[in-house]
Amino acid sequence: MLKQIEGSQAVARGVAMCRPEVICAYPISPQTHIVEGLSDLVRTGELTPCEFVSVESEFAAMSVAIGASAAGARAYTATASQGLLYMAEALFNASGLGLPIVMTVANRAIGAPINIWNDHSDAMSQRDCGWMQLYAETNQEALDLHVQAYRLAEELSLPVMVCMDGFILTHAHERIDLPQQEQVDEFLPPYEPRQVLDPADPVTIGAMVGPEAFFEVKYLAHAKQMQALDLIPEVAAGFARVFGRESGGLIRSYRAEDAETIVVALGSVMGTIEETIDELREQGVRIGALAIKSFRPFPLEEVRAALGGARRVVVLEKALAVGIGGILSANVRMALSGIDLHGYTVIAGLGGRPITRASLLRLFADAIADELQPLTFLDMKWDVVQREVERQQAGRRPGPHAENIIRDLGIVGARSH
Amino acid sequence: MPHQQIKFYQAGSFVAGNRLLPPEERSVQARMDRSNSLTSGHRACQGCGEALGARYALDAAMRATGNQVIAANATGCLEVFSTPFPESSWQLPWIHSLFGNAPAVATGVAAALKVKGRTDVRVVGQGGDGGTVDIGFACLSGMFERNDDVLFICYDNEAYMNTGVQRSGATPPAARTATTKPVGEEPGNVFGQGKSAPLIAMAHEIPYVATATVSELRDLEYKVERAMEFRGARYLHIFVPCPLGWGSASHDTIRIARLAKETGLFPVFEAEDGEVTGVSRIRRPVPVEEYLRPQRRYAHLFGDPPRADVIARIQERADRNIRRFGLLPDPGEGADLPGHATDKADVTT
Amino acid sequence: MFQLRIHGRGGQGVVTAAELLSAAAFVEGRHAQAFPSFGSERTGAPVVSFCRIDDKPIRSREPISHPDALIVQDPTLLHQVNLFEGLSPDGYMLINTQHSFADLGLADFVKQFRAERMLTVPASELAREHVGRPIPNAALLGGFAGLSGLVSIDSVAAAVEERFPERLAAGNIAAARAACEFVRNEMEELAHA
Repeated sequence: MLKQIEGSQAVARGVAMCRPEVICAYPISPQTHIVEGLSDLVRTGELTPCEFVSVESEFAAMSVAIGASAAGARAYTATASQGLLYMAEALFNASGLGLPIVMTVANRAIGAPINIWNDHSDAMSQRDCGWMQLYAETNQEALDLHVQAYRLAEELSLPVMVCMDGFILTHAHERIDLPQQEQVDEFLPPYEPRQVLDPADPVTIGAMVGPEAFFEVKYLAHAKQMQALDLIPEVAAGFARVFGRESGGLIRSYRAEDAETIVVALGSVMGTIEETIDELREQGVRIGALAIKSFRPFPLEEVRAALGGARRVVVLEKALAVGIGGILSANVRMALSGIDLHGYTVIAGLGGRPITRASLLRLFADAIADELQPLTFLDMKWDVVQREVERQQAGRRPGPHAENIIRDLGIVGARSH
Repeated sequence: MPHQQIKFYQAGSFVAGNRLLPPEERSVQARMDRSNSLTSGHRACQGCGEALGARYALDAAMRATGNQVIAANATGCLEVFSTPFPESSWQLPWIHSLFGNAPAVATGVAAALKVKGRTDVRVVGQGGDGGTVDIGFACLSGMFERNDDVLFICYDNEAYMNTGVQRSGATPPAARTATTKPVGEEPGNVFGQGKSAPLIAMAHEIPYVATATVSELRDLEYKVERAMEFRGARYLHIFVPCPLGWGSASHDTIRIARLAKETGLFPVFEAEDGEVTGVSRIRRPVPVEEYLRPQRRYAHLFGDPPRADVIARIQERADRNIRRFGLLPDPGEGADLPGHATDKADVTT
Repeated sequence: MFQLRIHGRGGQGVVTAAELLSAAAFVEGRHAQAFPSFGSERTGAPVVSFCRIDDKPIRSREPISHPDALIVQDPTLLHQVNLFEGLSPDGYMLINTQHSFADLGLADFVKQFRAERMLTVPASELAREHVGRPIPNAALLGGFAGLSGLVSIDSVAAAVEERFPERLAAGNIAAARAACEFVRNEMEELAHA
């Protein structure tokens, strides 16, 4: 059924239809509306049977989910940014124990400096914790991916993170096709745990494993993610059959088949990228785009096949590995090893800086002319940076960067947005 | 359950059961059909107070619930010595997640059981003092605050034993640990720090809080079974000597636990909804020195010159507990804590 | 695609206004996207919200820098914030005020645009009259419906009905219709001037 609804509310409805049995979440911008929505559904009895636990921290949220999942309940939580970091230890624990928890990450920057706006640094910081990581381009896809995530998680016994851009998606109102409960029930059977805490058949979960066996146990987690490379497209195809629309999968190409230049990105920025590509195509430029949907497992073969024929690849990413450069681009580069083409890393949108069509047009033009540096920073205020560098070099006590820069920029409210 | 062959290691001791007691008051351990939740083969040290306490506590929980218990364990000695992969000593469903989250994991298990309508199955969370009063404290308080249906048991050996005896928030003043050595102005752990987890639990006004030691094992069993009569958040703090960490003889574990109680250093009591409802009185008051001497972690107090000043301060703490909880059987002396002390919890061995 | 930007202060329903407009477009079977400029919740701080309306799915997610229309809920922002940035020469503007453009010091400014698309409406006063509180958002949307015809006043009413609790919906719809009427009269006067 079509509804004009906030992204967070759409996700809440979608998650509710997955019949989670234990929801445990701690509030953090910009995920709050999702959890509030679910809390309402539990209170009114629309979502039942379900225990909603108001936990005291994100670390507790993931821990409660671990206990609940181990005891055989379908568990859900949501977080972002600092919250994801706070539960970092528990993330590794959940994946190591093979618990099929599904969690929404409303992507948000990580401090310091504290920043509540969107970028991918949170999920990227946990890219190797063993969780699968799926990225939604739209709110429709965000809803759909949660349904697919439970299928994936429970079949593989591995937790899944569904990433959606904080504020940009979570707080946007747009048209959503809400599925019917019957469709979700058809697609997603009840949770059948591989291992469960049950007095009728006691098991020990979480034993210490020494050098003689740890390696094998760890490899098996990797092997499961490799299995996911086959299962993700299967589940996406199954989803399309039941729900009648394309959603999820490993990658999605846009006008890339004959493209000389292909832009690679994750998440909602793909929308603005597509508009820019359409404009350039009108001018006869052979440019296309590739959306990565599954970041973990990373679809090396599929990415190689999609990009291998291009002359240049521009990876536009919302995260920065301080001290080296791009993260997504490093993964893409791995997929392209041995193939000779121009690769450009563009860091953009950190801390919620808008990525505009105008900037993308200029960027792509530079790329096509091969006038880009291997690593660039879109819409960086270099004059501000320069002044701060000089300030740091000038005195013993130049003060903190953030405060100096904010003062330098003047009152933020003077701009139109 | 299959019959468990009982091995009597101590002749004429209290621990195996007293045939003069009515059957329902006899120790669970005396039964052929005891669940043996923590069975033999684990790797605990000789004389480990925690192994003793855990075995008694969990078997009592099993008896009280008809063998329907799920346990969530924090990282620590108990977890490590009971599950050397690929072996496990646990004969009940048991999960170890992290160091700081056992109370939260227990909450999660309880939530799952509730949603599935399995209210017959009860949840025990457990860990050492480090995992309970320090790193797990936020999760513990959250579980208490929500009144989740979990019995949390802390086995308190007063330091981070598994990692090599480092000071915790439960380490008593003057005690030597690897991070509170007897050098400098204040030898051992300093005075004026530490927290009482049982009192903090009481401040949450949860249905049931109790303390116990491994010297009165029937009392320990009683408290676990009593705790299982309640629904909601419950806390049991058990004093468990650690021969290795304390530098005491492995055969002294129970004796030292008794001395902790009889000096007043470890008050044994019960509380409901934030008020003390029962106190186990001191039968034969003992000066703290008798308790401190058998432990090498206090050896620096008896050196040359001896630290009578420190011992006196420790004695002050014991005396304060005696006053505060009404630990001595003097009818004229009331306790300072809310509620009033009675002899209800005093179980004869 | 039509792009609209709404300016106001926290607590005036700026974010809701964009959502309502998107809901009105949805009622008419169109695609619509509404989102705020995000920030920590604080009453009184300048707030911007955005709405895009199109007949095909909307892919772009950047803030609207070249709006086809502006709604200004709070005229005290006029000389504090650069509200008009990027407004198209054929753009619409509706300012919530009892004063004229001249009174607001904007007479020269609006001359750059199409006169029949630059209007004021006393939305706060209409809201106070019909709802009992000076929250101007619904009224402004009614005015905007009259001004631009981008959505019909009935669609605006339907959106308000769906979104607001019963006791507030009726009053807000009345305010919206009154503002629509007001704007239409203004446009007629301008046409005959």
